Amino acid sequence: MKLTGAQILLKTLKDEGVDTIFGYPGGCVIDIYDELLRSDLRHIFVRHEQGAIHAADGYARASGRVGVCLVTSGPGATNTITGIANAFMDSIPVVIITGQVPSHLIGNDAFQEVDIVGITRPCTKHNYLVNSTEELAQTIKEAFFIASSGRPGPVLVDIPKNVVQNTIEYKAPKTVKLRSYNPTYNPNMKQLHKVVELIREAKRPIIFAGGGVLLSKAARELTELARKTQIPVTTSLMGMGAFPGSDPLCMGMIGMHGTYRANTSSGKCDLMIAVGVRFDDRVTGKTDTFTPHAKIVHIDIDPTSIRKNIPVAVPVVGDCKITLTHLNKLLDETDLSDVQKKRKIWLDQIEDWKKTQPFAYQQGAVIKPQYVVEKLYELTRGDAIISTEVGQNQMWAAQYYHFDNPQHLLTSGGLGAMGFGLPAAIGAQIAFPDKLVVDIAGDASIQMNIQEMATAVQYCLPVKIVILNNGFLGMVRQWQEFFYEKRYACTLVEHAPDFVKLAEAYGAVGLRAQKPEEVEAVLREGLFSPKTVIMDFVIEREECVYPMVPAGAPITEMLLV
Amino acid sequence: MTAEKHVLSILVDNQPGVLSRIAGLFSGRGYNIESLCVAETTEPLVSRITIVTKANTLGIEQINKQLNKLINVIKVHELTGTAYVEREMALIKVKAKPENRAEILRIVDIFRCKVVDVGLEHYTIEITGDEGKLAAIMSLLKPIGIKEIAKTGIIALYREPK
Ligand SMILES: Cc1ncc(C[n+]2csc(CCOP(=O)(O)OP(=O)(O)O)c2C)c(N)n1
Repeated sequence: MKLTGAQILLKTLKDEGVDTIFGYPGGCVIDIYDELLRSDLRHIFVRHEQGAIHAADGYARASGRVGVCLVTSGPGATNTITGIANAFMDSIPVVIITGQVPSHLIGNDAFQEVDIVGITRPCTKHNYLVNSTEELAQTIKEAFFIASSGRPGPVLVDIPKNVVQNTIEYKAPKTVKLRSYNPTYNPNMKQLHKVVELIREAKRPIIFAGGGVLLSKAARELTELARKTQIPVTTSLMGMGAFPGSDPLCMGMIGMHGTYRANTSSGKCDLMIAVGVRFDDRVTGKTDTFTPHAKIVHIDIDPTSIRKNIPVAVPVVGDCKITLTHLNKLLDETDLSDVQKKRKIWLDQIEDWKKTQPFAYQQGAVIKPQYVVEKLYELTRGDAIISTEVGQNQMWAAQYYHFDNPQHLLTSGGLGAMGFGLPAAIGAQIAFPDKLVVDIAGDASIQMNIQEMATAVQYCLPVKIVILNNGFLGMVRQWQEFFYEKRYACTLVEHAPDFVKLAEAYGAVGLRAQKPEEVEAVLREGLFSPKTVIMDFVIEREECVYPMVPAGAPITEMLLV
Repeated sequence: MTAEKHVLSILVDNQPGVLSRIAGLFSGRGYNIESLCVAETTEPLVSRITIVTKANTLGIEQINKQLNKLINVIKVHELTGTAYVEREMALIKVKAKPENRAEILRIVDIFRCKVVDVGLEHYTIEITGDEGKLAAIMSLLKPIGIKEIAKTGIIALYREPK
């Protein structure tokens, strides 16, 4: 069978199970687009390549499948960088296909040529320049394998124009075997026996779960572990939904804006079982004072995560799901009959911290952002897929929306990239057409990829955008309030569009609430509309996110309301 | 924790861009490269890279793990702390005034190296050996006058058990 490179590319994508591509055309991918016309692959035309990569990323986060994005050479490729770095930091499986100038022009500073493989080397899990049409199918297959196995991540494939134009005799790619890449999935059982022993001895244990639990689809196993051992669970921002937020054992998020009980318990615990986390500085605060009394067990598929930031008593390299399954089995063979009684003092203590220091805010004449998120939680019964932008909106979303299920919070954790929320919501809505998908946004972040409103409206995606509008770069302003004597350098947004009119201009619905008593009605109208909706909530301008741990301080030292 | 010298012998896919992935890993993560040598092995698809770096215990553990994580890295041997042979080669151009020539040749003889280029005013000497040997000859030639030198950096292989 003779096929062109473009035909081989699309065939290989389909063979990998791809149904949707997010992309934007240009000269070097024009042949691929021409072929797409004859293909049943669904192509979502975004309005900026950053939108394409974030949407592919949101699709992957929500569905657990590899997201795919297709862009042209030069500016098309460079526009994806933020999104690639974002997927890299949060270990999200995406494959980025970039067009490249024809092979014979590479290196000559040709029109729209950039060395995208060179540029993205440090922010991809791996990347390729395809040298010939013969290599194309195998390379694409490898890219999917690498993106989705081990610790997942973005893989970029750069394809010169002549490679997609050439016609060759098609040969199906072989199964992928890379002698230099063999992730360790199965844990060392000796280590797990030690973990069981530590669990038996511990008086004040906690579990700390992160994004790795969601990536390996191990939420069920983690929940089983926590419940059978009666160990309370805190999560990182990336780990929200790894354990049901409404479970009494759930302590909420740990770290800079973590709950009082999660942060305080980390200072008092004698055992921390860390699963699928990488001990980011937003979690640990000052590392020398992190969990001063605890032995740490660290389960992760990536050996580089272990002992990178924090010393560990029992390292376990392995896939979270497989490892927790083994651990649960070992625990089933262990006498845990007195565990309820043994944990009582510790769990009572945590309950007490919860009662004395809950998340709190004061209602007043002006809308409080926390109230909006609380109402959103209530009205959606915690069942919506929530994406966020970055800043205070993101933290309030994490604090006041409780995630009972994995893959329901889509947020830029490692990179903290403003502009992620809307395209990510679009990607999630494509993956789950019947689910309610809400982007919790700040008035500044939403403007970073606002052009994707057109994409949402064009494809009739009923994405909901909740803008917590404080007229400030809120999170930066908060730092200025706390640490720079309220010198608001450049954080006052002096000119903003009318978001209601903007929504209407895009053909979406725009709603606004200016008083607390309007919040519920606006949410009801917006959430139950079948259309793309922007809800603009004019909130208390100088509201702060509490608790807050100043950067670099011990996380047990929180600024409280 | 003090930083110590470590010799890493790394087998990698012999492909364009692989060296840049490794160099980029070191620069991007703030590790340092003291010296670096690369060449094809007997297997044309595989190259060996020898890197000398300075790091403390935790640092070298991370360097090892991070290198292993690169898709094109096949194997990383940490040679420091094991039995291995290391060699470095240098070309040294010394000022060779008539009154010094005999002295230079004597040194060349003692170190069992050779003169590979002779001029009216200079000798170029080729020497191989470990770091100590190279340092020793350098200190003897310095007073005579070294004009230029080119060094390879260390190459190394572990010793097979006897
Ligand atoms: C692309 C990008 N630029 C800058 C920042 C730094 N930054 C972090 S939070 C923030 C303010 C965000 O303001 P807004 O979207 O209005 O959200 P709020 O904090 O007010 O909820 C800024 C500028 C960032 N995270 N990402």
